[in-house]
Amino acid sequence: MILAAKEVSKAFGGAQALRGVSFELAAGEVHALMGENGAGKSTLVKILAGLHAPDAGEVLVRGRPVRLRGPHEALRNGIAMIHQELMPVPGLSVAENLLLGREPRGRLPGTVDRRALRREAVRLLGLLDADLPVDAPMGTLSVAGMQTVEIARALGAAAAAVIMDEPTAALSGREVAALFRVIAALKARGVGIIYITHKMDEVFRVADRITVLRDGCLVRTAPAGELDESRLIALMVGRELSGWRHLATQRPRADAGEPLLVVRGLSRGGAFRDVSFEIRRGEVVGLAGLMGAGRSEVAAALFGLAPAEAGEIRVRGAAVRVRRPSDAMRLGIGMVTEDRRGYGLVPQMAVWQNITLAALPQLCPGPLLRRTAERAAAGEAAARYGIKADGAGQAVRLLSGGNQQKVVIARTLLAQPEIVILDEPTRGIDIGAKAEVHALIAALAAQGRAVLLISSEMPELLRLSDRLLVMRQGGLVAELDPLTVTQEEVLSYAMPVRKA
Amino acid sequence: MPCPLGKRNRLNPGFRAWGSRMGVVLALLATGLALACLCPQFLSVANLTNVVRQVAINGILAVGVTLVLLTGGVDLSLGSVVALSGVVAAHLAHPGEYPLAVPVLAGVLAGAACGGLNGLVVTRGRVPPFIATLGMMTAARGVALVLSGGRPVSNMGPALTRLAGDWARVPVPALVLAAVALGAAWMLRNTRQGRYLYAVGGNEQAARAAGIGVRGVKFLAYALCGALAGLAGVVLAARITTGQPNAGVAYELDPIAAVVIGGTSLAGGVGGVGGTLLGVLLMGVIGNGLDLLNVSSYYQQIVKGLIIVGAVWFDRQRRSVERE
Ligand SMILES: Nc1ncnc2c1ncn2[C@@H]1O[C@H](COP(=O)(O)OP(=O)(O)OP(=O)(O)O)[C@@H](O)[C@H]1O
Ligand SMILES: [Mg+2]
Repeated sequence: MILAAKEVSKAFGGAQALRGVSFELAAGEVHALMGENGAGKSTLVKILAGLHAPDAGEVLVRGRPVRLRGPHEALRNGIAMIHQELMPVPGLSVAENLLLGREPRGRLPGTVDRRALRREAVRLLGLLDADLPVDAPMGTLSVAGMQTVEIARALGAAAAAVIMDEPTAALSGREVAALFRVIAALKARGVGIIYITHKMDEVFRVADRITVLRDGCLVRTAPAGELDESRLIALMVGRELSGWRHLATQRPRADAGEPLLVVRGLSRGGAFRDVSFEIRRGEVVGLAGLMGAGRSEVAAALFGLAPAEAGEIRVRGAAVRVRRPSDAMRLGIGMVTEDRRGYGLVPQMAVWQNITLAALPQLCPGPLLRRTAERAAAGEAAARYGIKADGAGQAVRLLSGGNQQKVVIARTLLAQPEIVILDEPTRGIDIGAKAEVHALIAALAAQGRAVLLISSEMPELLRLSDRLLVMRQGGLVAELDPLTVTQEEVLSYAMPVRKA
Repeated sequence: MPCPLGKRNRLNPGFRAWGSRMGVVLALLATGLALACLCPQFLSVANLTNVVRQVAINGILAVGVTLVLLTGGVDLSLGSVVALSGVVAAHLAHPGEYPLAVPVLAGVLAGAACGGLNGLVVTRGRVPPFIATLGMMTAARGVALVLSGGRPVSNMGPALTRLAGDWARVPVPALVLAAVALGAAWMLRNTRQGRYLYAVGGNEQAARAAGIGVRGVKFLAYALCGALAGLAGVVLAARITTGQPNAGVAYELDPIAAVVIGGTSLAGGVGGVGGTLLGVLLMGVIGNGLDLLNVSSYYQQIVKGLIIVGAVWFDRQRRSVERE
């Protein structure tokens, strides 16, 4: 037993996040930790990694009780962690972020051996088969890029136990495959791995054992072989969940109306070039591609976060200029951004204020706030998306990751956009909420809105889209029919062609 | 089981805001109690009136700079703007020339112009607030000196000087502060722009992505802060019965300290006028107490410095515990 928690409990203010949970991690095992958003998964692993002190119970490292007083002490005990919320230092380079706190020493005291640093960074990223610019500033990476760096960072720590809190939330197939190869190699070396995810297919691919938490309580620990998808889901939600079966079915199609959004020859610097497509009323258009293909950049251009330099955007037939998000919103464009920390939430603000932030002009015409209307709207949205919070007045930064994501979705849709851009909308949300979001996307289309869906989860794209566009290295390379195409085919278009 | 966002939440935000200010409230009560014991005249009506009179100018400035700090900015030009608007008001306040409203409005507008310019330089010019307002600090002082020829502008009519007097036994400056504070608190709580101030300070990128005109919001904060500095300048001129181009040196520091003591974050997005008033009162009461105790002004400075740092230090310790 490398790492264990014995009867740990933890409360935040009035909210009991964990109640007497015991958990064990053996050497060479992948132990998956499953549960709905807010079940207490991150809280449990943060206790194991020394980020929270438990109120009761103890943490054991190799059978010895320890008091970890911070991530440093955890590292010294051989415990490394990949965090759910990414914590990059945007101004430092990718290599410097990767080895932050473990920089190779130079010859003079207090100096850093920059060449060794770079070499080590390249090696770690190579393990993950990741094609990232090590010298670029961290702030220029996509969320998937930052997540990859976060993973590589933990790998470099040479730990006996590695905790992975939703490492693949923003990653697509190829990067996930690379991560699984690394996990296999770690296992072979006897490293124990705690793996948190909301992706069912992954669990059964990597896990040896599965522990399920619900509302802060331990529900069951079982070998992965004893469970299947529906049993696992039943354990997680504590009842038969019907909605999730939608996840496996194709969204019914209807006839699309006139084009709502038309894009012609859109280009920006090194991000994307000559992108043309259209979305009709009632249509869901999927955008597939690997990390760094330029999908999020196109979305950011359409929403005015980073305007395009050339090309034309037409909304409802009229040519428009979108220079900032407020322009886009006036045109009826709304967006769920992939980076909930950077562009999504105002961390200190209350949950309800975050939900209504983008819709304030509609909810409160005139300069004065109408708090009753706001709270009603926020309460309704919170119930609808199953946002679990210790009261709507709680600061949104204190919510679990998946619940934060739900807040971002609720905010965007509350403004009633007619053209909806969803960049990784189901990142980190649990299976019930995912079914909810899928139903919602179908409903949006049925109401005659236009949806642009970006997702790193191929099945999600294939099931929800009417048409699938594939991007590769900044260009649009294919338009496919999701009904007939296979995941492998999509990938073959998405794979970069290396120049000889 | 997702708990629906029910009733208990309605109380929560209020309680939290209150709780986060408990430290300052306790410090204020403790100081008051200690002073009441040490020198009986502390609690006399005359002395307490004196305290509110003395904190009024600092308070008006602090309310204004609260708005700017909430957006994550800072305004270092307050002291110079106070001098400039005082000079402007004094020029228009000679006996029998104009009605009272003219010098008062002119002073406020002069301040608003300085603040607005700060706002433009920060938003359009993308100059960091520290530098932009540092420039204004120097420039506004220069304008005040030019306008006055470097000499105090005297011969002030009684209409304006009465602004520093009493009304129904309450000092008028204190009434001005009360009105300003109520107005600002109301704006922050009840208007869309008020909410946007918090959003911009809390996460500027997210605010932009929510369709908020970030530049407009910041501009408004600086302009209002400038206008209030202008108002403080008029009140000061009324009190010293001249427009002093050299008045208000370093007046920006006490308000900023008071705001931070009151729980507003220098990083923006958190805080409010209520806390600011507590911070202003705490600093005022301590200054008054040291005067009553005949502590020499040299020592007073040392004590004040320790208290500013100590209050904020205490507060941050408590908060980091809370977060855990
Ligand atoms: N620092 C904190 N302060 C207050 N409440 C907290 C804090 N951290 C977590 N919580 C609460 O504890 C509960 C468990 O949160 P946790 O992050 O462990 O959930 P999770 O299982 O990781 O969910 P997700 O799948 O969404 O990441 C949630 O209700 C959350 O709101
Ligand atoms: Mg979590």
